[in-house]
Amino acid sequence: MGAVTVAERTLPTGWGIIHRMVNSVEVEGLEVIRGRRHVLSDLSLTVTAGTVTGLLGPSGSGKSTLIRAIVGVQKIAAGSVRVLGLPAGAAALRHDVGYLTQEPSVYRDLTVRENLRYFAALLGVGAARVDQVIADVSLGDHAGQRVDRLSGGQQSRVSLATAMLGEPRVLVLDEPTVGLDPLLREELWTLFHRLGAAGVTLLISSHVMEEATRCQRLLLLRDGRLLADDTPEALLRSTGQADMDAAFLALVRAAGSVA
Amino acid sequence: MSVRRSAATAWRVLAQLRRDPRTLAMILVVPPVLMLLLRYAFDSSALLFQHVAPILIAIFPFVLMFVITSVAMLRERTTGTLERLLSMPIAKLDLLVGYGLAFAAVAIVQVALVVAFVLGPLGVTIAGSVFVLALFAVLDALLGMALGLCLSALARTEFQAVQLLPAVVFPQLLVCGLFAPRAQMAGVLQGLADVFPLTYAVDGVTRAAASTGWTGSLRLDLAVVALCIPVALGLGALTLQRRTG
Repeated sequence: MGAVTVAERTLPTGWGIIHRMVNSVEVEGLEVIRGRRHVLSDLSLTVTAGTVTGLLGPSGSGKSTLIRAIVGVQKIAAGSVRVLGLPAGAAALRHDVGYLTQEPSVYRDLTVRENLRYFAALLGVGAARVDQVIADVSLGDHAGQRVDRLSGGQQSRVSLATAMLGEPRVLVLDEPTVGLDPLLREELWTLFHRLGAAGVTLLISSHVMEEATRCQRLLLLRDGRLLADDTPEALLRSTGQADMDAAFLALVRAAGSVA
Repeated sequence: MSVRRSAATAWRVLAQLRRDPRTLAMILVVPPVLMLLLRYAFDSSALLFQHVAPILIAIFPFVLMFVITSVAMLRERTTGTLERLLSMPIAKLDLLVGYGLAFAAVAIVQVALVVAFVLGPLGVTIAGSVFVLALFAVLDALLGMALGLCLSALARTEFQAVQLLPAVVFPQLLVCGLFAPRAQMAGVLQGLADVFPLTYAVDGVTRAAASTGWTGSLRLDLAVVALCIPVALGLGALTLQRRTG
């Protein structure tokens, strides 16, 4: 473990301000090339520890690729990605980083509980924690059902429960709320903020701009470049717009006129 | 390596098989049914069937396990569960050994059924030990499994995975001595047969069925087949890339 993580663990709670300034994710000069296309170009950003950070941008902007790079499953052409002070994908991080892929990556022919029991065995966590995460994603009534008998939204919540299972310190979630009804979305965002308040760093991608206002900080991505890195309020203020969609459009136009 | 993670993986694979009765039926019922078919295909030449039956006891489990495991591993890749596993604290070998344990358990049941059927109702008698024959058959099934896990990396879709059967298994079948004695084949093919693991599997069951003694050739066959399994699993571990494009 690097010095950063040790410091975070041993800091007394009164040092909250300093604690908040520690970066959980540090990306520098990241380049990802697929075929001849630059999916991510010279991308640099940080994600502050214990915050809920939104990663927003239209589909195809490179959100999933950035997320994969942070989890350490993406081949990168240049640059560096560090998580909790360690190179992304380091063996020591596999307990500390929870990852939700866009498609529900669980075993469709097993029940919800069987899936979680298996991943729990790999992570070395007990049955009580399995029941806890099933309740966290409101799937208590479906625990004994096969995943392929569930709706798309329910399947992605099984996947989300798996990502949270090992109580990771960093949760990287690729479109966790897509296809959910407003009530469930509300519940999940409440859960995310509860985790953030408990010190978990959350990076959550979405292509729905409306969700941006629920985040403490926003990273706006377009064509593999960082368009903005600010709080939602500051973005609305600086662009003089009333909603996020309009603010995003204004930023795209501003970037276009400079280039 | 972690015993806990391998065992959990084996248990998970078995749970998936239990949920898939058709695949399970294919694994357990197809070999005896094919044997029955063959018995009547050789209706007027019982002696030939006596000779061929032990060889097929080795080949059917090999082929079936190859197909099933190559598709199973491919499914892990395409559904994203492999990417999830590789971002979690599990060694690649834990995963492969887990698969190995699960399919070994299935292979033992599969071989027990087909051997009992061939030696019982079909009336085949062998001069050698039933145990050695069954041991070879189980190892052959595991060899098929290990090759399937390893070579599934070459396929991107299930269509391609199924194509691996003619591409990888058929050549081994053609030169293994089933269709023509190896000594009568062209020199190049004899050389090819010498490097194909299935050749040793088939040679092993033939010898195991023919006599009781642990001859040097039988030991060599056993050693080659038994060694190819961990080698193929090891190569399989190399194909599991944590980072992909």
